[in-house]
Amino acid sequence: MAKLNLVEAINLGLKQEMKRDKNVVIFGEDVGKDGGVFRVTDGLQKEYGETRVFDTPLCESGIVGIAIGMAAYGLRPVCEIQFEGFIMPAIDQIVSHAARIRNRSRGRYTCPLVIRSPWGGGIKALEHHSEAPETFFIHTPGLKVVIPSTPYDAKGMIVSAIRSPDPVIFFEPKKVYRAIKEEVPEKEYTIPIGKAKIVKEGNDLTIITYGSCVRDVISCIENSKYDIEVIDLRTLSPFDEETIIKSVKKTGRIVIVHEAPKTLGLGAEISARINEKALLSLKAPVERVTGYDIIVPLAKLEEYYRPSAKKIINAIEKVMSF
Amino acid sequence: MLKTIKNFELKRLEILDKDGKLDKKVMPKLKKEDIKKLYEFMVLTRVFDQKALKLQRQGRLGTYASMEGQEATIIGSSYALEKQDWLFPCFRENGALILRGQPMEDLYKYWGGDERGMNIPKNVNNFPVAIPVGTQTLHAVGVAIGAKIKKDKTCSIVYFGDGATSEGDFHEALNIAGVFKAPVVFICQNNQFAISVSRKKQTASESLAQKAIAYGINGIQVDGNDIFAVYKTTKEALDNARKGNGPTLIECETFRINDHTTSDDAKKYRDEKLVEEWRKKDPIIRLVKYMKTVKLWNEEYGKKTSEKMNKDVENAVLKYENTKLPNLTDMFDFVYEELTPNLIEQRDKLLEKA
Repeated sequence: MAKLNLVEAINLGLKQEMKRDKNVVIFGEDVGKDGGVFRVTDGLQKEYGETRVFDTPLCESGIVGIAIGMAAYGLRPVCEIQFEGFIMPAIDQIVSHAARIRNRSRGRYTCPLVIRSPWGGGIKALEHHSEAPETFFIHTPGLKVVIPSTPYDAKGMIVSAIRSPDPVIFFEPKKVYRAIKEEVPEKEYTIPIGKAKIVKEGNDLTIITYGSCVRDVISCIENSKYDIEVIDLRTLSPFDEETIIKSVKKTGRIVIVHEAPKTLGLGAEISARINEKALLSLKAPVERVTGYDIIVPLAKLEEYYRPSAKKIINAIEKVMSF
Repeated sequence: MLKTIKNFELKRLEILDKDGKLDKKVMPKLKKEDIKKLYEFMVLTRVFDQKALKLQRQGRLGTYASMEGQEATIIGSSYALEKQDWLFPCFRENGALILRGQPMEDLYKYWGGDERGMNIPKNVNNFPVAIPVGTQTLHAVGVAIGAKIKKDKTCSIVYFGDGATSEGDFHEALNIAGVFKAPVVFICQNNQFAISVSRKKQTASESLAQKAIAYGINGIQVDGNDIFAVYKTTKEALDNARKGNGPTLIECETFRINDHTTSDDAKKYRDEKLVEEWRKKDPIIRLVKYMKTVKLWNEEYGKKTSEKMNKDVENAVLKYENTKLPNLTDMFDFVYEELTPNLIEQRDKLLEKA
């Protein structure tokens, strides 16, 4: 079995889905000859030709807008927005149309498209290249939102996203892109949308996280004196409430970690659900380690913005000693 | 050195003038039956429209956007489509939707606030109404590119107003359509006002059709109250697109006789004299004048047509008003293909309270 990084794993998933279904088409800025600025679509145009893998003009709203028409027409468009910070011009098409076409036409037309975009910070990039805008999309009925954190999951999830009958926002943690390699089967498999993964089982405390924070969490609890459970949400909308509540009932102590801003970040909704469904199982208030409610700082201060090992360990201590 | 690298020209087509006189040299080939059908659909469009306005005033329909005065643009263009073509409306094209096969009672349902009205029949390739201005232009381009990828002979047609030409999506749509030579026809219903803002305040361009030039696509202006000019131009644009010669932007110069919607009062910003001037250019009256000269129209035919259209519209209203409320859970059913666990929970809570 080949050891692949996240970029290679998504590339393999795309390649295999293009082979399986001739309706799968890929387009966006620089995705053709260049293979995307992170090379996620590398080699696909060469293999499947310019009709199925093509560069578009520089127009994010246009990219998503035409994807909507193509999806309604029976294709399976996988379009790329070059960076998550540049998705904003496409918000109108995503929120006003992609998410609503099924409902507006009562199922006569559907919108099975995938919007792929590199996501999140931690790579010391320019402004608009280190954002975590997932809440905008989680808050929009009609969309599904996923963020894989490992190469294995990424391949299985891109396949599920392409086969999804509903529009999927597929965020790719750029901090993980080339950071790790793991065994990724050539053989076809899927990771279902809506299912979290218990990365590590434990009995004392649960950390709920996703994206690049998953690795940060794992590495900082390696030598912890506590028996910690770690949940990688993988799908942010609809998130796996069942797995979360089950874990709350087991450990009674919760820390939520994400790099998106705190206010109305996904941690807020998870915390509210825990209050509704498992308040009496809690042994301590739910603690959140998140980005601050500020503009993501540029490289020099970025590491102080992100959930760090120190912040996570402090949160664990606070909850354990409550 | 300063030299001219390119000269541009722009054309306008007029065939039938306001007095019903025809420029035979440019008249498209149309059978007598076709001309009668164009007339009948325009009458139906107006009767449907007037009924909708009445229903709204009586509290029997929601906010409604009238088409009066724009029937030639709406019918002339949609009549040129083939069955397999896809139509993308904004919100002022009910006549075209009816022509293509959407039941009138469904359209009344939609304007009456019942979402089941946009349950478009499976064999009718009309997209649902798009309220955000100009956004649907991109969907039409997407279908056209999709048809090209699948090697189908399908074209798409998309409607929008003069105001939409100021939106970014309109420009992205024209640009992308040009780059990919997408088989799409853009119909700009220039009705002179975007709610209260006049056409002149919308853009410094002399015409809206000339926007096509910048994107390297075909552009033409037509008298939008001239059914023959609109039909001919659209038909040629579709034929051209089907042959692989790319998109066309057609600016149909027309006028919105009524308010923007039933929630608007155009008297606040528009001189009534202007409305009177445009009434004299009415698209139905001028066609009747022409049809009389070629013996396609007499009082009896006119009366019969009007009676039939009124009867059909009344039947549609009856069906609309006899429709029972949908189940409360209906609003959950089409958000996703399958309800998520969270939505099942929320839906069940709604039922508990009810």
